Parts: sequence; C-alpha cells; structure tokens
Amino acid sequence: MAEQDWKTNKRVFAAVSLPTLLWTILFFVIPMGIVWIYSFGQNAGLNHIEISGTLENYKRATEVLYLGIFGKSFAVAALVTLICLIVGFPVAMAITFASEKWRPWLLLGIMLPFWTNLLVRTYALMIILGQQGYANKGLEALWGGTSWVKTLIGLQPLPTWEPAQLLFNNFAVVFGLVYVHLPFMVLPLYAALDRLDRSLIEASLDLGAGHFRTIMRIVVPLAAPGIIAGVMITLIPALGAYLTPDLMGGTDSQMIANVIERQFKKANDWPFGAALSFLLIYAMFILIALQSMRRKVPELH
Amino acid sequence: MALFRRTPIAPLEYSRTLWMRLWVGAVMVFLYAPLIVLMIFSFNDSKRNVVWRGFTLKYYDKALNNDVLVEALVNSLTIAALATLISLVLGAISAVLLWRFRFPFKGAVDGTISLPIIVPEICMGVAFLMFFAMVQWPTDLVWPFNLSAITIAHITFCFPFVTMVVRSRLASFNREQEEAAKDLGAGEWQMFRDVLIPHMKPALVAGALLSFTLSLDDFVITYFTSGPDTVTFPVKVYSMLRFSVTPEVNAASTILIVLTIVLTAIALKLQGVKAIAETH
Repeated sequence: MAEQDWKTNKRVFAAVSLPTLLWTILFFVIPMGIVWIYSFGQNAGLNHIEISGTLENYKRATEVLYLGIFGKSFAVAALVTLICLIVGFPVAMAITFASEKWRPWLLLGIMLPFWTNLLVRTYALMIILGQQGYANKGLEALWGGTSWVKTLIGLQPLPTWEPAQLLFNNFAVVFGLVYVHLPFMVLPLYAALDRLDRSLIEASLDLGAGHFRTIMRIVVPLAAPGIIAGVMITLIPALGAYLTPDLMGGTDSQMIANVIERQFKKANDWPFGAALSFLLIYAMFILIALQSMRRKVPELH
Repeated sequence: MALFRRTPIAPLEYSRTLWMRLWVGAVMVFLYAPLIVLMIFSFNDSKRNVVWRGFTLKYYDKALNNDVLVEALVNSLTIAALATLISLVLGAISAVLLWRFRFPFKGAVDGTISLPIIVPEICMGVAFLMFFAMVQWPTDLVWPFNLSAITIAHITFCFPFVTMVVRSRLASFNREQEEAAKDLGAGEWQMFRDVLIPHMKPALVAGALLSFTLSLDDFVITYFTSGPDTVTFPVKVYSMLRFSVTPEVNAASTILIVLTIVLTAIALKLQGVKAIAETH
C-alpha cells in the first residue's frame, strides 16, 4: 500500500493535518510541557512558583520515603499483572476455542464490565468486601463448617469467628486492581490466541505431548507477543492507579498516584508533584522501551 | 456428565472441558457478582447493604430528587456527547492523515497522537490543572460553556482511541475503490464522504462507543479539571463515597450500569455482536 507524499496534495494534507496537530500541540504537548518546566521550579510565596531550574524536586523524590512508594507501586502493579495473567489466560483460551455461537457473547461478557464505570465497580466491590459483606459471610460459613467438622471428628472446635478485615488494606488494593484490570489482560490474550495456527497444537498433541506441555511449549511461545501486550496494557494503568488505592487501601497502601494527588490537592507543592508525575511518565517510557526492544509487537487494541 | 454429552470432546475443544467451564464460570461470577449485588440492594428497604428488608423504590426517588446528583449526571452526559462528537471528527481526520500521507516527522507525530493513551491519567490530570490555571481559563461561564475545560480534557484522551480503531479499519480499505471514485469524477470531499466514511463506519461506531464510555467513566482527569460548579457524575459519586455512603449511591450506580447496558445494546443493534467484539 503506497502512501501519498504530502506535497502531491497539499490542500487535503492541510485539511487533515492542521486540526489534529493544533489540538495535540495546544491541549497535550503544551500542558505536558508546563508540567515538565514546573518540575524544575520551587514555591516562592503563596501563589507564585519560581522556575529556577532547580533539581531539588527530583532530589527529594529519591528520598527513601518516595523511593519506597515507587517500589511498592511497582510491586503491587507487577503482582496484579501476574494474577491477571494466571486468571485470564485460561479464560482467553476458552474464548478462542469456544463455538462460533458462544464466542462473541463470552467476549461481550468480558468487555461489559470494562465499559462499566470504574467508580461504580470499585464501590460494588467495596460492598462485597466490607465487614458485613458477602465475602465475609462466605468466609464465616466456611469457618463454621470447618469448626463443625472438627468437632465431629473429636477435635477442639475453632474459636468464634471474627469478621476478617478485607477492606482498607493492601490485600483490598490488589484484589480491586485485579478486578478492574482483568478485561485489559483477557482481550489482547484472546487476540493473540485467535491468530494461532491450530494445526500446530494438533500436531503437538498427536506427537504425544500432553495438554499442559502443549500449552507451555507451543501455545505460550507462539502467543508471546500477545502475552507481552497484555502484560503492558495491565501493568501501565495498574502502576498509575489512583482510585483503587485511594478508596480501598489503608493508610499504608498509598501508590505513587496518590502521592502526586496529595501534592496538588492538599500539600500544595506543585513543583514536587510535577517532578513525581514526570518520574512516573519516565517509568512508563522505560517499560515501553524494554518491550519494544524485545520484539515488535502487533498493534494493541 | 458423559451420559448427556452428544458428541465426544475433540482435543481442541478446550472450552467444553469441565474444569475450563468452571474456571470461566468463576471468573464471570467474580466480574458480575459485585455489580448484581449492588443492583439488587439498590431496591432494598434498609439503610445498610446487609439484610434484605423488602422492595422499595425510595432511593431512586431520593436520587432523582437530589438536584446536585441529577445535575452531575446531566453534566456527565453532555460532556460525553460533546467529547464523542469532536473525538470522532478528530480521530477520523488523524487516522486519514496517518494512513494516507507520507510526511516529514511522521513517526514523531504518530507517537505524540497516541501518547495520551499511555500517559497515566494522573499525569494528564495534573497537566490540565496546571494548563487551565496558567491560561486562566474562564470558570464562570454559563452552562454548557462552563464544562469546556473538562470537555477539552476528555477529547484529548478520547480521540487517540478513535484514531487507533479507525486506522486499523482503514488498513483493509481497497485503494482501487478510491481510484474508481476519482475516475468517475468524484472530488476529494465526495470521495471522503461517499467512499471512505462508509468504509470506516464500523470503526466509527466502535470509536463512538469507546469515547462515550471513556468520557463517562473518567474520574481522575475530571477531578483535576472540575471546579465547584462543574461536578460530573463520577466526581459526585466519589464525594458521596468519601463522606457519606447512602443507598442513593446504589440507585445512582444502578442507573449508570443500566445506561451502559443500553448503550451496548444500541451498538450491538447497529453492528452485531461479532463486529463489536472484533474491534477491541
């Protein structure tokens, strides 16, 4: 497919390029540039920020406290991505090999929560995980059952059930992020598995490999680009997550986005917030560079 | 189990094996149970979300009579509609630009256009907060112009998604159609309107659905761009959650979930389940 040189049809080129370029520069490049410049500034007086070219904000970001929060954000995001991959891979397999009639509906089933409001989904999960929620009710029933079985076989019953603290801690943050990001993982995995040449799987099975071995040795390597795409699509938003740690986390579950928010809404230290924002963006760039270094991946959808 | 099966499971029919079905079933329960519980309890005649105390619509009544909440919902829908409209235009145009032309710095332009997809929401929010503060964007305009800052922010993160969807659709366009149209005397504009747009239509529907839901969904960027008079639905629900969880939130959330389902149903009606599933 030959692309047209822009000089051959300048009028049409101007018509399609100017609106896009103007919008992108005015409302994306310039705002980002402002953040970048502010990150080298310092508060001078109540409403004035002096752009002094200082590196103080970046230096402060490397303090143990903030490095710890960066590290923790990465750890949480990586754990969430791993859980999404383990939970999502079989689902993507099931969708790929489902019958023609079922496949679109299964896909829709995965996509509908993704279209539902994030805040509503987080709130719904909070109801389930609360002290009086169904998760606690279910655990209580399980506890009671175990206790009953233990008395039945002549052992000491378990102590009385105390409602588990499932909300406002790190567990809740990971659980919530998995809940929110699972569709992000399943969809690219499905896209990759769908393109797979099935005769290779059949050949592997015919030659005596078991299903598990076939999946590990044939399906996973062939679907690697899709797996990497899914990992990136899950990891990047999870790293910058604000709402889930804010609403479901405890005092020690702050992630980097919460610290940034605090600089703007409460601490009123815009230059430091700007520096943290750019550090987060640089982290994204590094992740993406690592990915593209490994292999060219197909377009993400 | 095996007695009821009509045909034996072929080796590749993974989705018919029992443990696979259980797994998918469990994931679906995980995804949907919280939402269904929320919807059921919005009809519960109790202050707390615990025990069922009978059917009531009073929280819907309360939510719909809560002026701030209704205003927030209207604001959100207005912003989403405006953002979708402009995102479709910008997205289609930029997709054509990147698909059709070869020009200097194309890689840089391409990268910059798709950057809002990967830049974390919190950073975009911060950027818009600083930008609108710096240019002293007027905040005391009459409705709907007071929503302009939020709408601009939403368009900026929505249109790259439209570009992405439309561009992958354009890749399947047969250039001979373009030549045929030109041979038959169509001008550039006519070619665009009568040949290219019909080809892009499925992607435009998918892109519209995507930007509408993205805009309606957005909390973080809006949180940084909204003022005291420009509250959107997610921002309002957030403050309700932070300060006082009332069953009204359940009712309002249910309304939003139903809205999402209706939108999806419309898109399905327009495009069929296969086309929608494939564009994502």
